[in-house]
Amino acid sequence: MSGSRERILGRVRRALADAPRDDGPVERGYLRRHGERTVEETVALLAENLADYRALVHRCTPDELPSLIGRLLAERGSASVLVPPGLDASWLAGTDVARVADRAGSTAHELDRVDSVVTGCAVAVAETGTLVLDGSPDQGRRRITLVPDHHVCVVRVPDQVVSSVPEALERLDPVRPLTWISGPSATSDIELDRVEGVHGPRTLEVVLVG
Amino acid sequence: MSGTFVGMPAFPEAAQDAVRDTTLRGNLRHATHTIRAKRAKAVAEVSDWAALREAGRRIKDHTLLHLDRYLEQLEAAVTAAGGTVHWAADAEEANRIVARLVRETGESEVVKVKSMATQEIGLNEALEAEGIRAYETDLAELIVQLGEDRPSHILVPAIHRNRGEIRDVFRSRMGHWGRPAPEGLTDTPAELAEAARLHLREKFLRAKVGISGANFMVAETGTLVVVESEGNGRMCLTLPETLISVVGIEKVVPSWRDLEVFLQTLPRSSTAERMNPYTSTWTGTTDGDGPRVFHLVLLDNGRTDTLADEVGRQALRCIRCSACLNVCPVYERAGGHAYGSVYPGPIGAILSPQLRGTGSAIDASLPYASSLCGACYEVCPVAIDIPEVLVHLRERVAQGGPVTREGNKVVLKPAAGHGAERAAMRAARWAFRHPGALRAGQRLASRTRRLHPRTLPGPGRAWTGSRDLPAVPPEPFRDWWQRTHGGQDGAR
Repeated sequence: MSGSRERILGRVRRALADAPRDDGPVERGYLRRHGERTVEETVALLAENLADYRALVHRCTPDELPSLIGRLLAERGSASVLVPPGLDASWLAGTDVARVADRAGSTAHELDRVDSVVTGCAVAVAETGTLVLDGSPDQGRRRITLVPDHHVCVVRVPDQVVSSVPEALERLDPVRPLTWISGPSATSDIELDRVEGVHGPRTLEVVLVG
Repeated sequence: MSGTFVGMPAFPEAAQDAVRDTTLRGNLRHATHTIRAKRAKAVAEVSDWAALREAGRRIKDHTLLHLDRYLEQLEAAVTAAGGTVHWAADAEEANRIVARLVRETGESEVVKVKSMATQEIGLNEALEAEGIRAYETDLAELIVQLGEDRPSHILVPAIHRNRGEIRDVFRSRMGHWGRPAPEGLTDTPAELAEAARLHLREKFLRAKVGISGANFMVAETGTLVVVESEGNGRMCLTLPETLISVVGIEKVVPSWRDLEVFLQTLPRSSTAERMNPYTSTWTGTTDGDGPRVFHLVLLDNGRTDTLADEVGRQALRCIRCSACLNVCPVYERAGGHAYGSVYPGPIGAILSPQLRGTGSAIDASLPYASSLCGACYEVCPVAIDIPEVLVHLRERVAQGGPVTREGNKVVLKPAAGHGAERAAMRAARWAFRHPGALRAGQRLASRTRRLHPRTLPGPGRAWTGSRDLPAVPPEPFRDWWQRTHGGQDGAR
């Protein structure tokens, strides 16, 4: 095995023996963000792009959040909701749906029996309509936002909203496992046309709170 | 590169069957035209597309020029984050490593994320031979696997199938692999997607071993990135206890920041979206979240040979978006199977003959599977000059010359099939150096023009099979020029 390591690295070095290796730093002539917007315009763009990829977008004040989440779970007809360990308890104060804590030992089959999951997020990208989860306590393990069919994701606006992909990467820690979510799961595999609803949550509801 | 497509006929023969298949041509035309228009719109949305493309090109070129350094840095970072790194010089070694790693878990089935690298090495077949069943979980890969078919597109391997054909495959084959298709399944895409969801769910939930490729590997942090749509990738990357990723060595990028370029250009180029539904990044293992064991298998399999070619190495910049397939007039008509490789279309025509060498009929013919129109270069998000490499490889096939195979420098002989072409070129060179002979020859040709055949005999027959021989004028140009003083004396 180590033999192949040396063989491959040796081949690379021989392949590049005549190549100029003193190239300078890569020029980055592209934009940090596309266009200048006010904070409110950035949040509006996020809402627009989320909706364009079939996420259901809601806006509310912090005071209204518990009743809104309660209403979303009720309308969905959910009997149970997964709760990440560090979720603000007040967010679920407006519902009596059975709470399911995510335990280290929870199996995928157990998660599959839960109807909904409510999480926060790490950052949201307006230009692409993307939510990024980084496994913080208010978001939980990656699997809890994957197996249940209904994901309610709360974004604190404007603090958690950035304009662009470059701005998002700056804020994120690569050591944490990240999941970038842009709309509910979809496929383009049938005649190269987009169809929503394959393996991930088929309903993604985003609450912009602020 | 392994012989997944052993015994493939050369491209012209394979393509001839494909262009006669009207269903296939209809399917391809519909799909490629749909995505073409959408891609153009997605690209037009970003005002700095040209700058992003240029930065992508430069990042990849810089990485390739320092590939040894970045691979070592990547290895150290992955290892520090709790992963184990393996190196595979060729397909056979990679398959052996993966089979051993799966056997060590005690499992006999694995779930797979769509991965070009594992297709390239024929991993599923190798695992099958070891008694390990590999389940493809990407929708298009599932269609190919259930239908015992071959992939024909990088992004959508079942692009040659329309919805009715997909329904038929699901109805007749799903039951053999697990949960059968629902009763009364129709051909609406939403129902087909639902059938796949139900069929694969039981496999995801019980899976203990996942196998993936990766779109990018970040040397600085040891982070791997998988870009996907359906969520099958997330399932395979997070639910199993063991994750094995097989990744080509050219997939490394230097820094975390470099992703800001590719996460903008890849989704817009491949599925024509601002952003694909799901992107997962992971760095080694994380306590309590996702697989507890992570193996990274770094694959060469012809990549270092490609790197040794100064012109051809730009093919290693490819991020597998498939935009070049979708705009290619040859691909649209011939389909992916004619290319005899998991990498079809324009990028396949320059990648396969470099990864595998030009020893077989199919690989020697691939550089000719193009009209050199250049549409592929226009849309490439890392600016690979595919026509330039095609011409370079044609020269290599026709004239022979130095190449690197399995790390050794060898000199290729000119291909046998091009003897007549070379003889003709030699004759032309001689004639142009001897003006007297050229003049005599041209006059002779003009006088005998009524006797000329419409098609060439012997080895020239194939050439005129799809071309008309130019008619010889009644008088050579130089005679006409002298007689009319450059046309000043009137028309004829």
